[in-house]
Order: sequence, then structure tokens, then C-alpha cells
Amino acid sequence: MSDSHDAHKPAAAHAGHSAEEVDHHVRAAYYVFGSLLVLTGFTVGAYFLHLPKHLAIALALLIAATKGSLVAAWFMHLVSERKLILWMLVLTATLFIPLLLLPVLTVADHIKLR
Amino acid sequence: MSMEIPYTVEARPDTGLTNGKLGIWLFLASEVMLFGALFASYVMLRVGNEHWPAGATYLNIPLATLNTVILISSSVTMVLAWASIAKHDFKKFRLFMGITILCGFGFLTVKYFEYSAKFHHELFPSTNTFLAIYFTLTGLHGLHVIGGMAVNSYLWGPGSKLYKTDPVHFTNRVENSGLFWHLVDLVWIFLFPILYLL
Repeated sequence: MSDSHDAHKPAAAHAGHSAEEVDHHVRAAYYVFGSLLVLTGFTVGAYFLHLPKHLAIALALLIAATKGSLVAAWFMHLVSERKLILWMLVLTATLFIPLLLLPVLTVADHIKLR
Repeated sequence: MSMEIPYTVEARPDTGLTNGKLGIWLFLASEVMLFGALFASYVMLRVGNEHWPAGATYLNIPLATLNTVILISSSVTMVLAWASIAKHDFKKFRLFMGITILCGFGFLTVKYFEYSAKFHHELFPSTNTFLAIYFTLTGLHGLHVIGGMAVNSYLWGPGSKLYKTDPVHFTNRVENSGLFWHLVDLVWIFLFPILYLL
């Protein structure tokens, strides 16, 4: 990638994405769009199956995590992003998971005391 | 004396990123922790309550499904807006960015009808714990939608003047705005099942 400040050069090349990469992202976006719609259908469909609570929660979160991963990977370009950003997100996830587990641990402790 | 922010166009040698890109990702990481804290609050309130109501008791699933489709569609048009400007097609950029903004309006309109129905039935955040966390999570998310729409509207309108003088800088701004918009979509992807379906 050029370090030039020349405004007349192709924007795609300056922004870190070649024209081919841009086309690739657009094609992928259509596939991801279709997948997200289908997965949304699965989420709503699973609700009407009236599954046992724990299974329903696990399934809904699994589908949501899949949808979220598709958005992050393709819409947010994480599949082709710099390692610095990926490491930053790993650090965020490392802090995020204990944050979610804290209330569960609190409740587990409460049950033990009772 | 020039006060321009450096590395808005070319990547900074040590990070390999423009300052704007690194900045928006740091901001998004803080947003993940913000919503993460509220999701943790939701879990704590839910597991600590023996009679947690099903979302459908209070909430409208078809309207929420419609809003999910609207936000997913707006993420695609946001990608198309970025791709258009990266390939120097300013007219298409304006078209797709305009549709993205309209999708934001559509989402908020549906949310307005949802909130109105709750208030009409005298269901408020103070009514019970479920509604308190519902209004908190969806209200904060709604504020993010408004924020994203404000930035996108600026880039669609007055901010687009930058394209004539520095197209690469403008393209980077569109990409960064898009990253925020996709996060708003991503948060809703989790809010929808957690609040409405479980």
C-alpha cells in the first residue's frame, strides 16, 4: 500500500482494500445477508417448537453467536483485518467472558450458602 | 499552525492502521463492555427471579422480527455504500447510504409503535424487573441507532464535501461509520432472542 497523500489515486487502494477485495466483500455480503435471514427464521422457528428452557436458551444463543460471527467477519471485515485489531478483540473477549460469568458465580455462591 | 489529525489516509507505520480505524475499534471494544455489563445485569436479574415472564407476555414478536430484518438489510446497504465510494461511484454511495438511513428511521418507527403500545397499556420501566431491563437495553440500543444515523446523515449530506478534496479520507470515514453501524446490528442480533424469545 502506498503512503502517498495523493488524492487522485484510487480510494480503494489507499483505504487498504483493492478493487478486487471490495468486489469480494460485496459478493460475500449478499451470501451473509441470505444466511442471516435464514438464521433469523431458525431463531423464530425454534421459539415455536416450545423446547425445554435450557435447550431453547442454548439454541437461541448458538444461532445468535453464529449470526454475530458472520456480521463481525464479513460486514466488519475481520476476515482480512490487521492482527493488532484481532488481538485487541481477543483482549476484549478475555475481559467480557468473566463479566458475563460474574452474576452466575454470584448466584451459585448464593445457592451454596442457602 | 496546523492541527490536523495525522494518519487519516495512510496507515501509521507502527500500527499498520489509520488512526481513525484504530480509534473506532477501541471505541467498539468499549461498547462491547458497556453492553456486556448490561447483559450481565440481565442474567443476574433473570436467574435471581423465580417468576421471570416469557418475553411474548409483554412484547410483540412479529414487530421485533421485522426490525431484525430491517437492521440486517441496513447492514448490507452500508457495505454497498462503502463499496460504492471505494470504487468512486458517488451516486450509488448516496443511494445506498440514503437507504441505510431510511432503514434506521424504519427501525425507530417500529420501536415507537412498540413503546407506545406498552405505555398505552400502562407498562413502564417501573412496572416490573423484566420491563425495567427491557427498556434499559432497547433504549440504549435505540440511542446507538440514532447516533449511527446522525453520523451517516452527516456523511450523506454536508460531510460528503470531503470526497471532492480528499476521497480516500472520506472513504475511510464511511468505513469507520459502517463499523459502528454493524455493531448496532450485532447487538440487536443478541437482544432479539434474549428479550423477545426466551
